[in-house]
Amino acid sequence: METIVKKRIKQVLKGDQDAYAEVVEIYKDKVFQICYRMLGNRHEAEDIAQEAFIRAYVNISSFNINLKFSSWLYRIATNLCIDRIRKKKPDYYLDAEVAGTDGLTMYSQIASDTRLPEEDVVSLELQEAIQREISKLPEKYRTVIVLKYIEELSLNEISELLDLPLGTVKTRIHRGREALRTQLQYV
Amino acid sequence: MKCPAEMVLYMHEYLDDEISAEEEKVLREHLQSCKDCLEHFHELRKTIALVQSTSHIQAPSNFTASVMAKLPKEKRKVGFQRWIRQHPLFTAASLFLVLMMGSLFSTWEEDHQFSVSKQPNLLVRNDTVIVPEGEVVKGDVVVKNGKLQIEGQVEGDVTVINGEVINGKQYLASAGQVTGEIKEVNALFDWMWYHIKKTAKDVIYVFGDNEPKTAQ
Repeated sequence: METIVKKRIKQVLKGDQDAYAEVVEIYKDKVFQICYRMLGNRHEAEDIAQEAFIRAYVNISSFNINLKFSSWLYRIATNLCIDRIRKKKPDYYLDAEVAGTDGLTMYSQIASDTRLPEEDVVSLELQEAIQREISKLPEKYRTVIVLKYIEELSLNEISELLDLPLGTVKTRIHRGREALRTQLQYV
Repeated sequence: MKCPAEMVLYMHEYLDDEISAEEEKVLREHLQSCKDCLEHFHELRKTIALVQSTSHIQAPSNFTASVMAKLPKEKRKVGFQRWIRQHPLFTAASLFLVLMMGSLFSTWEEDHQFSVSKQPNLLVRNDTVIVPEGEVVKGDVVVKNGKLQIEGQVEGDVTVINGEVINGKQYLASAGQVTGEIKEVNALFDWMWYHIKKTAKDVIYVFGDNEPKTAQ
């Protein structure tokens, strides 16, 4: 996959704008997931995800072709999300009591391979509940959790990216996990 | 039931892959005996699984199209700049041409005044230069922005820029009044060609003049 992407990037560097469409197609879901988890809102997530792809395109000449394109792209997306979160008020703490998860167990979710049509609906509801809980996390915990579990960065990479000491990153991940555990206990 | 305080820390270290073999052993033994801690541990793992369960989250269907529509339309400019970087020789050549043209055009602009080569026996009346009857003009005659009327003789080439030679052909035909060529240069490109030829000739003369001198 990375080789296809690198081929396309070389074409983009030569001025072939259309080659970029394939790159967007490959990474759009992942970038959108990162933004959605970080921002907790589809509309904003779409906005920022698009912005991330545009920034990546504009700065493509500064991308080192020997590195992993996905990491570079996710980093742009994450930084844009962090900027966006810091600019707006944390209005998502207010709806803390909304749960709407009664009667759902996660086992119907993760364990089964065969998905029934009803399960898709269930899955959507559950997803919304999960997202609500993640959105309730304070930004400093949410960021590290998303970086660790959606972008799958190492603790060292997170510390580097956020310019935080490794110890702080660990503490935040521990606290973020604990907070989410309490919130998701009955999901 | 009182559990050792470090158990939760061990769990997190385990989840971060940072637990030592010794601590892991302690944790495992404790989890086998303590239901509360085992429950806590399961909840943590469940939390991670839930956070990671993003597979169904997909970008909107028109996502790629709208990104492509929003990309800056600087393709041509970028392509051009890149091309320039890749072809320095051609760039240098065209730069040279542009400067060359510029200097030629400015010379053309300056040249719009009436002028004539300096030979003592040429007569000037308004914008007409006359080679008087019975006179012999030695050397090349050049008239700019004026007419030339040849009644006598010219020993050399005649060049008229932005003007005309009156009766020149007739005289040329009848007798050898003009020993060299008669040229009329009017259009800009003719004029440029003349200039280029002149420059080339001058260069050859410089070399031609130098060689005998150095030989002496």
